[in-house]
Amino acid sequence: MTQDTLPQAPARATVSQAEFRAAILNAQADVPEGLVNPDGQQASKRFSVYRNNVVHSLSEAMLTGFPVLTKLLGEEFFREMAKVYLRIHPPASQLMMHYGAALPGFLESFPGTLHLKYLPDVARLELALRRAYHAGDADPIDPAELTTLGQHELMEAHLTLAPACEVLQAKWPAKSIWDFNMADGPQPSAGGEDILISRIGYEPKTFLLPEGAAEFISSLLKGRSFGTTLGLATSNTPDFDLTATLTVLIAAQAITGIDRA
Amino acid sequence: MLNQRNTTTLPDGAGVGYKPQHFQDLLNAPGAVTWLEIHAENYMGDGGRQIAQLRHLADHFPISVHGVGASIGGETRLDPEHLARLKKLVDWLNPASFSEHLAWSTHDSAFLNDLLPLPYTKDTLTRVTAHINEVQDLLGRKMLLENPSSYLAFAESTWSEPDFIREVARRTGCGLLLDVNNVFISATNLEFEALDYLDAYPLELVEEIHLAGHDEDADELGRKLLIDSHGKPVDEPVWALFDHVIARTGARPALIEWDNDVPDWEILESEAARATAQMEAVVAGQSLMVSA
Ligand SMILES: [Fe+2]
Repeated sequence: MTQDTLPQAPARATVSQAEFRAAILNAQADVPEGLVNPDGQQASKRFSVYRNNVVHSLSEAMLTGFPVLTKLLGEEFFREMAKVYLRIHPPASQLMMHYGAALPGFLESFPGTLHLKYLPDVARLELALRRAYHAGDADPIDPAELTTLGQHELMEAHLTLAPACEVLQAKWPAKSIWDFNMADGPQPSAGGEDILISRIGYEPKTFLLPEGAAEFISSLLKGRSFGTTLGLATSNTPDFDLTATLTVLIAAQAITGIDRA
Repeated sequence: MLNQRNTTTLPDGAGVGYKPQHFQDLLNAPGAVTWLEIHAENYMGDGGRQIAQLRHLADHFPISVHGVGASIGGETRLDPEHLARLKKLVDWLNPASFSEHLAWSTHDSAFLNDLLPLPYTKDTLTRVTAHINEVQDLLGRKMLLENPSSYLAFAESTWSEPDFIREVARRTGCGLLLDVNNVFISATNLEFEALDYLDAYPLELVEEIHLAGHDEDADELGRKLLIDSHGKPVDEPVWALFDHVIARTGARPALIEWDNDVPDWEILESEAARATAQMEAVVAGQSLMVSA
């Protein structure tokens, strides 16, 4: 036997996790060399178990997280779209409760949905509802507390809003679409909606906001004083209705503290 | 050395993986269920109903926190943000146990939400050991390491899985969570004897056992391929392996894992009752043999 015909130990290919991950997220990719069946032969179908598990669990998380979009698009279409989405946007965190955060932007350019202009706003609302569900707990104030403040005191005060509170200024009637699909609401009519997302107890809820209230609440959320916020609101919206806005905030159990300056 | 802060441990009886739809049943009619396991990542929000329910349940049951996202077997360093969330949860809940998997799930900041396999080599041994030490130091407690279910093997592996796990435990002082269903799945898929695996495995370090259902499929050559689906009752051969294990370890905290197609409470509880009955029968049989 000559040197070059001596039997060589078979090369043991090492598989990096980068390769493994790339092959999981791309169904057309070859199975990395070095992953083997019990007989030592290159694995193929066995690798696809991991592929299927990843696709299945991420698609399920999307279905659970976006019930209205699933209804609007149909489960079959939504599942196929979720498969495309997860390859572009695999979860950036271990918290599946927030998975899908990039969906609004994705819907704007995905060929199957880009003509359905209202979908991104519906996605934004569903994401906000999920964030509200998992937000920190805070008890609302007794609304009577607001009336105990003198005019000057109120203007100087800072209102604390619940961690679940968010404002969504939707170009489309996202709340009406949500209500129509999930809560037997009336047929949505065209037009944008300013929406407050809050939580009553442990239940996320949405509230339609009067004109100017979205800017008013956003300003409070930024930590500006009541007086500064009111000034901004009235200069932006000449017929800003403070009473109507406070009524929504109280109904939404959104005010959790009054910080007197 | 580890500072063992956990004041309780899991009872040597049956537990179930907690599902929110069973919240009332657990409080009203726990039956054979004496403890609960939760997936850590589902309780890392800031508040809300799920955390409130967990707080309430923790007053009634010892809780095992089972992580699926730490990526102990990952090539890259453990995610500090995730570790901080884990520490926050373990600190406020002070669970009876914390466990994680011999697997990876995160690479280059993409989390794949699945337990992915790793080869057993000198390098992965060093890496897994370092990661477990890091987790145990951070949490200030011992963790349990769970054996994976495998669908394929790595040509580069130089250690058997039981030897690898034994060595990791020796180097880190971690305890072990023995998933009997995973042993059965891997044995079928990789064509080895489950009993040989258990003979080589350090049963003396087992502090918790997992039992679950699996699905059956076939590979491209028609060879049986079991899938770790957690969506069915525990299969008979897995119950038999469970007997084999507890005959050697004695009764242990034994968990029914049922994560998909979650059944009504009565069905889940009956699986827990069976685990309890098998443990009692094995222990009773052994005391008979001793007294005979
Ligand atoms: Fe398990």
